[in-house]
Amino acid sequence: MSELAIDVRGLRKSYGEFEAVRGIDFEVRRGEVFGLLGPNGAGKTTTVEILEGYRERSAGHVSVLGFDPGRRPRELRARVGIVLQSTGLYRHIRVREALSHFGSMYPHPRDVDEVIALTGLEGKEDAVARTLSGGQLRRLDLALALVGDPELVFLDEPTTGFDPAARRTAWDTIRSLRDLGKTVLLTTHYLDEAQAIADRVAIIKDGRIAIEGAPDDLGSNGGVARYRVVYRNGTGRDIEQETDDPTTLLHELTGAALARGERLEGLSVARPTLEDVYLELTSGQADEAAAPIDDAAPLGSRRRGKRR
Amino acid sequence: MTEVATLAWRQYRLERRLFWRNPSAAFFNFLLPLLFLTFFGAAFHSDHTELRIIVPGIAAMSVMSTTFTALAFNMTFLREQGVLKRIRGTPMPGISYLLGIAGNAVTNTALQVVIITVAGRVFFGTGWPREWVELIVFVIVGVVCFASLGVAFSHVIPNFDSAPAYVNAVFLPVVAVSGVFFDTAHSPGFMKGIAEALPLYHLIAGLSGAMVKGTNLSQNVSALGVIAAWAVLGTVFAVRGFSWEQRRA
Repeated sequence: MSELAIDVRGLRKSYGEFEAVRGIDFEVRRGEVFGLLGPNGAGKTTTVEILEGYRERSAGHVSVLGFDPGRRPRELRARVGIVLQSTGLYRHIRVREALSHFGSMYPHPRDVDEVIALTGLEGKEDAVARTLSGGQLRRLDLALALVGDPELVFLDEPTTGFDPAARRTAWDTIRSLRDLGKTVLLTTHYLDEAQAIADRVAIIKDGRIAIEGAPDDLGSNGGVARYRVVYRNGTGRDIEQETDDPTTLLHELTGAALARGERLEGLSVARPTLEDVYLELTSGQADEAAAPIDDAAPLGSRRRGKRR
Repeated sequence: MTEVATLAWRQYRLERRLFWRNPSAAFFNFLLPLLFLTFFGAAFHSDHTELRIIVPGIAAMSVMSTTFTALAFNMTFLREQGVLKRIRGTPMPGISYLLGIAGNAVTNTALQVVIITVAGRVFFGTGWPREWVELIVFVIVGVVCFASLGVAFSHVIPNFDSAPAYVNAVFLPVVAVSGVFFDTAHSPGFMKGIAEALPLYHLIAGLSGAMVKGTNLSQNVSALGVIAAWAVLGTVFAVRGFSWEQRRA
């Protein structure tokens, strides 16, 4: 069996004149949680829906669990669970009824009570779908995707509309899927979500992959966003500087401060987060690399201005 | 193959349970024609010729409402809500799902035709149908015709909010012109012409022949032919236009 759950090479998709996906390559290994990030309209959902078999690709090679999803083989559908961005359900179906009905479509369904417990739907077993809250419906979506005991789970923005506690619970559920050896392909708007649960992420922009890697490595290896050094100068102003080379900058700053006999109050050095990388890549004007290292500016004036 | 049938059966059972759990759908699909029958039956209680028109007329209208109207509504709703898309992502064969949905509609048709037939015998003195084979053949061909037209029509309806307007814009005029409530022999020529081009008129003719007039199947072959022609047309458009998802606006 191949090491790869998903293999995408040179994937393209056009809608008439508009090319939504313009040559995407990525791999998802078995047993990992892979996050696809990117602004609305970047091509995330198009890409995922091609992998799910909902859309046909215009060009490129796509393999999901060794199958071509474009042909929609039944064996593949039996081994994949899908949480779509927004899908309704029969309004009058009960939670347990829905799960056992959908479970019966699969060759080896999971125990319904187990899935109910896993997704936090205890106490709602006999509730009718139309009486569930948005968050509960979303958990039912997840439960329906898991009831067939899939090897690979597609999650398209699975926690949109969740309160913070429900999001943590959902993250635990997704982590527990990884612990069971499942593969997860996740798209999300929430960068903290990707940082918290994805082993690797790819950021899609304008139909192409802008950068790919482990969330924690992206900042340091990608060189897209830079370290941020903040301190208070002698007049009590907060100064923020960005640098690709924090060692040199700190050496200069501390050296100068010591020479003046001052302390660098409130000094902090922050590694670029996934959010910094994301905003840098998707802001549309990644011109900051041209700025000189010692381009010091008061906190909030320059950096914050770029955040939209 | 057995699995296709098993899954279709499960889907059918689910659809039946959900049908009765939704009172408003049950009312509009099922009880409304029966109410019509009661009201008109009461109004024309003593007028035997009127009853001989209204009983088969309402039976034919029920065939149309339980298949055409119900499927046009349901498919629009299921597509807009993304239920079809969700089903599409499971290993259930599409044909099993569609059989389950169609089976649900056909069950409603069968129940209604039976109730109307019994009501005709017990309350309205139209007696038992004269030609059972003809009755069954016309109901089956009528179901295929109006079910396929309902699915085909759902492709035209842009969204669920506008579904009642679209469906009634077809259903009510067709019911009115085809002679559900009156004898089209008294209709002006142009109305008769329109009615004769539509399938409901011929279904009424067939059911009327089977239920009250006692004309046999061979005398209504041309009526059956018109319904079958509409069935072919409906099936072609139902299949060709079929989409599992709401088209993007």
